[in-house]
Amino acid sequence: MSFYFKNWWKYLSGVLIAYAIVMGFLIKVPALPVLNETIRNLFFHVPIWFAMMILLVISLVNGLKYLSTGNMKNDYLSVEMARVAIVFGLLGFATGTLWANYTWGSVSDWLVKDPKVLGSMLGMLVYFAYFVLRGSINNEEQRAKISAVYNVFGFAMFFIFIWITPRLTDSLHPGNGGNPGFNAYDMDSKLRLVFYPAVIGYTLLGIWIGSILFRMRLINEKFEND
Amino acid sequence: MQLLTEITYLMRKDIKLEWRQKYAFYGILLYVILVVFIAYLSFASVAAQTWVTLFWIIMLFTAVNTITKSFVQEGRSLQLYYYGIASPQSIVLSKMIYNTLLMLLISAITLVCYRYVLGFPLIHPWIFLLAVGLGSIGFSLTFTLMAAIASKVGNNMALMAILSLPVFIPMMLMLLALARMSLTVQIDNIEIYKNVLALVAFNAIDLGLAMILFPYLWRD
Repeated sequence: MSFYFKNWWKYLSGVLIAYAIVMGFLIKVPALPVLNETIRNLFFHVPIWFAMMILLVISLVNGLKYLSTGNMKNDYLSVEMARVAIVFGLLGFATGTLWANYTWGSVSDWLVKDPKVLGSMLGMLVYFAYFVLRGSINNEEQRAKISAVYNVFGFAMFFIFIWITPRLTDSLHPGNGGNPGFNAYDMDSKLRLVFYPAVIGYTLLGIWIGSILFRMRLINEKFEND
Repeated sequence: MQLLTEITYLMRKDIKLEWRQKYAFYGILLYVILVVFIAYLSFASVAAQTWVTLFWIIMLFTAVNTITKSFVQEGRSLQLYYYGIASPQSIVLSKMIYNTLLMLLISAITLVCYRYVLGFPLIHPWIFLLAVGLGSIGFSLTFTLMAAIASKVGNNMALMAILSLPVFIPMMLMLLALARMSLTVQIDNIEIYKNVLALVAFNAIDLGLAMILFPYLWRD
């Protein structure tokens, strides 16, 4: 029995994601010009990126913890959470481009010109650089320390690229540059009933995958050291 | 006050070192002149927009090349010695100030060479010079921390570029936007203030992060 109690959040994540996918396609959405049915991307693209941000925060916190305590477990958790977060980032990028293809028009008009898209590409490049940096250091403690430093720097840059610079310039992205976010759309807050469960579901899924990767790494390190 | 005296001593040391080993500085100078010459040979004549962009691309790669060297000259034992006598904050600050001065000098030299071979289409040169000044500070603030990281990983030049280019692109875009304003006849003062403010804020964030993070890198 205790197994089921301990793992309740894993079931919850499955249930919530299934609910979000089914309801995301079935729920009645407000009919808006240009957006039309593409507003359903709110239940896929946005929660995935929210989950990515939360995972990156977990990675950052563990990086900081490593810097203050020097416990290798924090370093492992930090890198695995960042890894899952970047996969989520790529998924969010894919769903976002799919949506933009229908609402913003031809790819060449916005792919590298929209500040939000550009910012997210750069943010992911920063994290790819983080992985390259990790790969190029052999000494384990040096790797943990230097990559934690770059992680803190990279997260700050990521945050600025995605949340601050698009607000300073004109962006087509909803919620930026004078465009309404989803707050303006849901007259009866029905969209929220699907959106928030989706955020929780994807976040829990990310933490689940990250924790499995983390435990795999712990076992690997144990075998290598023996 | 202690910080200030430490910084002035460390900076004097850096400048003296550079003065004694002039070949490093002359190397960068030759590099810049060669790149400008190549730009001249490949373009012959350029449109005003391209003139501005090309200048900044040359400056970007020159900055990466110049600032990577920040932590190379000193060996491990010498670094240990500095660790004993100075605080990490003053070490990183002195490097940043020194790199800013170096970048200002190099930008000035590049601009003069550039002006002679590719002309001078600017209508409001002071805006461009403002961008050059802010750019020199930005290059040195962002790249000094990255150079410190790269120096811990065996001074890998490719790694330095990989680490610093993505974090610098937004500032590069702001600098380009500011520099392009020097081409328009009618200047919009509010736009300039906004751009300068954003650049100053970005530099402040870089400075703060470097001050917090450098001590962790330094401690071995």
